[in-house]
Amino acid sequence: MTDTLTLPTRKDEDFRYSDFDALAGLWPIAREEIVVAAGAEESLQIVEDGASAVARHLVITLGARAKFDLRVLSSGPTYGRVAVDVRLAEGADFTLGAAQLATGSETLEVVTKVVHAEKDATSSQIVRTVLAGHAVGSYLGCIGVERGADGTDAEQSVRAMLLDRTATANARPELEIYADDVKAAHGCAVGELDANGLFYLMSRGLTPPEAKRLMLQAFVAEAFTGAPGENMLNEAAIARLEAIL
Amino acid sequence: MTMLKIDNLQANVADKPILKGLSLTINPGEIHAIMGPNGAGKSTLGYTLGGRPGYDVTGGSVDFLGQDLLELEPHERAAAGLFLGFQYPVEIPGVSFVQFLREAANAQRKGRGEEPLSGGEFLKLAREKAGLLRMDMDMLKRPVNVGFSGGEKKRAEMVQMGILDPKLAILDETDSGLDIDALRICGEGINSIMRAPDKAVLLITHYQRLLDYVKPDFVHVLAAGRIVKSGGPELALQLEEEGYEAVVA
Repeated sequence: MTDTLTLPTRKDEDFRYSDFDALAGLWPIAREEIVVAAGAEESLQIVEDGASAVARHLVITLGARAKFDLRVLSSGPTYGRVAVDVRLAEGADFTLGAAQLATGSETLEVVTKVVHAEKDATSSQIVRTVLAGHAVGSYLGCIGVERGADGTDAEQSVRAMLLDRTATANARPELEIYADDVKAAHGCAVGELDANGLFYLMSRGLTPPEAKRLMLQAFVAEAFTGAPGENMLNEAAIARLEAIL
Repeated sequence: MTMLKIDNLQANVADKPILKGLSLTINPGEIHAIMGPNGAGKSTLGYTLGGRPGYDVTGGSVDFLGQDLLELEPHERAAAGLFLGFQYPVEIPGVSFVQFLREAANAQRKGRGEEPLSGGEFLKLAREKAGLLRMDMDMLKRPVNVGFSGGEKKRAEMVQMGILDPKLAILDETDSGLDIDALRICGEGINSIMRAPDKAVLLITHYQRLLDYVKPDFVHVLAAGRIVKSGGPELALQLEEEGYEAVVA
């Protein structure tokens, strides 16, 4: 993914579900370079909870055995895009936990390209999306495993919850594998809240919004498990869920 | 005041009539058992009284402590003092019992215009009720019903009942899936939580065995959506000996 001065179109795979009117006002998107030296560990928590449109493009390079823990909470922007390119050297480890919470006609997207360039690197991506109204939430995630990157372990877990039938979730996990010894588990699911669970909670006295919030809170928390700032991220997510419900 | 007065209740599930004119009156201080063969409408009665979506009332009325029960949403029924014990308690990953029950207890208190319980007050109450059901407090810190055995789920239902302190408990096959010890513990739990002059219980069950521990004042036989026979505890023993077919005929 390169940032050029030319505005992308819907034919660009990585922008297929973008809000182009909003994108035009944000273009070109600045590249934010992050380099983690060999053996170092870093983390970053991004909370986009303002109402104005925002687009970010992180370019992360991990040295040998470096670790990077990235968490994203996108909850509020009319248009919110977080694109992440990651390149992992030998034995490096990358974690992404992202939650997208949207309502109205908001459009949120997480677009990742994770390249395992050398052997024995691990990556894990967990994305949880909650959509109400006419919101659109997308995850486009490409994992590349280069020649010789044996021992790769790359995982993608992508789930979206639709609170209204009018909302749209897009999920496109992709794998490009050129090595032999590779573990690449990926799961994708779009669903609705479990009606049995909701009735069970309501039968104990929770109002319908409280019951939904409790179930969604648990759903979203999966993206933040073990993160530095886990409580802060969960609390911000709960505040947004309460506003959406 | 009457606790529960069901009059000529009719209900459909997926457009199919299941309850076909069921009438039953429960007074405070009473324990009633409803027994009946598979498909008689026992669980439908429980879910209809609990207000589960998909259980459509097509006729009749239900008065609960002077309120029209059928007008209330499920959470309003709970706040009014109704507790539904599930035959198959639902697993809710990621949500701990402690968090869920504290929110539920406080939502009910709010619905009744009472002050919420503090964290400390709630934990004390939870510990007491868990102890009653011989359940380790650590289990209540786990996600709701996830990884619980059948017996643990039923005991957890009774712990919830103890914490929420309802006026009327409708217990749908609380005895199914229980071993002998768990059956006794649940039975004793029901007695200590619900045996009171201002409370009442409706036990829905296939078998006599729970009634050895929780002595009913009245036993009713439900068949094809109606109560076809009522009597005292001896009716349950007669059913156990002779079977539903003989007694209902």
